[in-house]
Amino acid sequence: MAIPGVGQRLSTTGTGNALELRGVSRMFGALAALSDITMTVNPGERRAVLGSNGAGKTTLFNCITGDFLPTSGTIRLFGEDVTVFPVHERIRRGLRRTYQISLLFGGLSVIDNIYLACRGVSRGRFSFIRPTRRDALMHSAEELTNAVHLTDARNTKVGELSYGQQRQLEIALALAGAPRFILFDEPAAGLSPTERRELIEILTNLPSHMGFIIIEHDMDVALRVAESVTMMHNGRIFKEGSPEEIEDDPEVQELYLGGGHG
Amino acid sequence: MALGENTDRYPVRSGERPFEWWDLSNIPAQYWIVGAFLIILPLFASDFVLFQIFGWAFILGMIALSLMFLAGYGGMVSLVQLTVAGVAAYMTAIFGSSAVDTISLGWSWWLTIPIALVIAVIFGTISGALAVRTEGIYTIMITLAIAAAFFYFTRQNYTLFNGFSGFNQVLPPEIFGVNWRSPVAFYYLALFWAFAAYLLVLYVARAPFGLALQGIRDNPRRMAALGFNVTAHRIAAYAFASLIAGIGGILNVWLNGQISPGAISVGPAIDILVIAVVGGIAHPIGPFIGALIFVILRTFALDVLVSVGLAGERFNLLIGIGFLVIVFWSSDGVLGLWKRWRENAGKRDPLTGRPTDGGAG
Repeated sequence: MAIPGVGQRLSTTGTGNALELRGVSRMFGALAALSDITMTVNPGERRAVLGSNGAGKTTLFNCITGDFLPTSGTIRLFGEDVTVFPVHERIRRGLRRTYQISLLFGGLSVIDNIYLACRGVSRGRFSFIRPTRRDALMHSAEELTNAVHLTDARNTKVGELSYGQQRQLEIALALAGAPRFILFDEPAAGLSPTERRELIEILTNLPSHMGFIIIEHDMDVALRVAESVTMMHNGRIFKEGSPEEIEDDPEVQELYLGGGHG
Repeated sequence: MALGENTDRYPVRSGERPFEWWDLSNIPAQYWIVGAFLIILPLFASDFVLFQIFGWAFILGMIALSLMFLAGYGGMVSLVQLTVAGVAAYMTAIFGSSAVDTISLGWSWWLTIPIALVIAVIFGTISGALAVRTEGIYTIMITLAIAAAFFYFTRQNYTLFNGFSGFNQVLPPEIFGVNWRSPVAFYYLALFWAFAAYLLVLYVARAPFGLALQGIRDNPRRMAALGFNVTAHRIAAYAFASLIAGIGGILNVWLNGQISPGAISVGPAIDILVIAVVGGIAHPIGPFIGALIFVILRTFALDVLVSVGLAGERFNLLIGIGFLVIVFWSSDGVLGLWKRWRENAGKRDPLTGRPTDGGAG
């Protein structure tokens, strides 16, 4: 097991699988939100996690990022055992996530939100010196603002943004720095058809080394951006396979897709 | 007339960076007027006004500013700020000179002041480390408990803190041949440090450290998910605020010439909170406005009460009513009242009085 150290921080090379879960369980009192989850995600792999409400998808994300510690099991990130690491240490190792319900900084502007995200994974988090316009991080914050189509809203306070813009900003925050693996928690929820197309475009255009897991109820989005699918049910992994296999699986159709998806 | 231009410039809020921060044209005209007024004030104001009104208001403003930084930017309401100032004041008396020469070491100012500030910052940082893992009312309770504990400790400890009577004859050193306790000199000394602390807070609020603190205030969980160590950042905020409170504490012991437990009891600690809230914790100017209002009330309420036939000791009644009125009418203090008044004024057509749309961007 690697020991957390300065040399490993912010490194962009790593060995092993992007993500490796072994027997991860999480109890809330007597309720098993996750039981015995074992899954492996390769570097650069794009995986969709599907499942009905209460299947444990978001709890899975919370365990991977460290918002909750798992009750049992181990979590490895690029070969390193991060099971008991605090959230910020995992983020500094290249993990990112977005939230189902936008968690943004309402009192700050768009550019400040993105600048903070860039700052969080680099040195100088405690800096007392204001950034100038030539500041490298400010430059990457500007680029990220453009990349998620928020250029016009650059100086708008986040509390005044539209819902769709907040979702875009949510994604921008996850793309800051040099992410190596991203967890997207229902990024398309509540978006208009146009915004969905933009989202799919952003996700499919991510650099190929950047793997992610996406929780998504919209099958059009999920199956278009993912190479593999994990179905969850009642805190357990129910099926794994390619999008086609999952879509055609009768058990899955029975359980999750229902008749509605034809 | 450049009125329209002026309203464009005035709201330099977070995020809007129309000019670089060192650009002086960024500063609205009102600030130049207030600044000029404060600089020439000694030409026509009496010693009493300079020393007891403005000198005291600057000091209370600085201590309240340290609370404003924690509460306004960090979302942490700390009642320990006056205690941190008190630690600096006590250390100034203990390491420097006072009438209690059995305890005071009599070291020179260039040793005493840094030591006092370092100890105050350490004290504030430890208090912060105890408080930051809690939220809301529990932060208030823990910091209040520390403040009360330090108050009782100083009152009962005679070997180091000289108990009930504390230290008197704690005077500022004569540097550059100036008697810094003379009203005009002290006025400028307090003005300088209050202004420096104000500028520092204003600057740091937009530096990564301050931005991250505001991010933590809005959403600690998300800040952790961006790679920030939330706990360490909050403790660092306490350390920074302690430095400002410590400078205020040293000036305060020089203003009064003495420090005793009564000056750092729970009552005055809550006064600091009242000052910050009445002034407004959304902007660093708020605590200074609050402090000036507090000092004026505190100084003249007695005369006003006596003149209407009430007992003079009831000045707290006036302060309390003032506090209630302001919090009731404007939860963000005098600053909030002023801002809303300006926004309403700016949005209305001066001729017709009808609201106009937002103004040119």
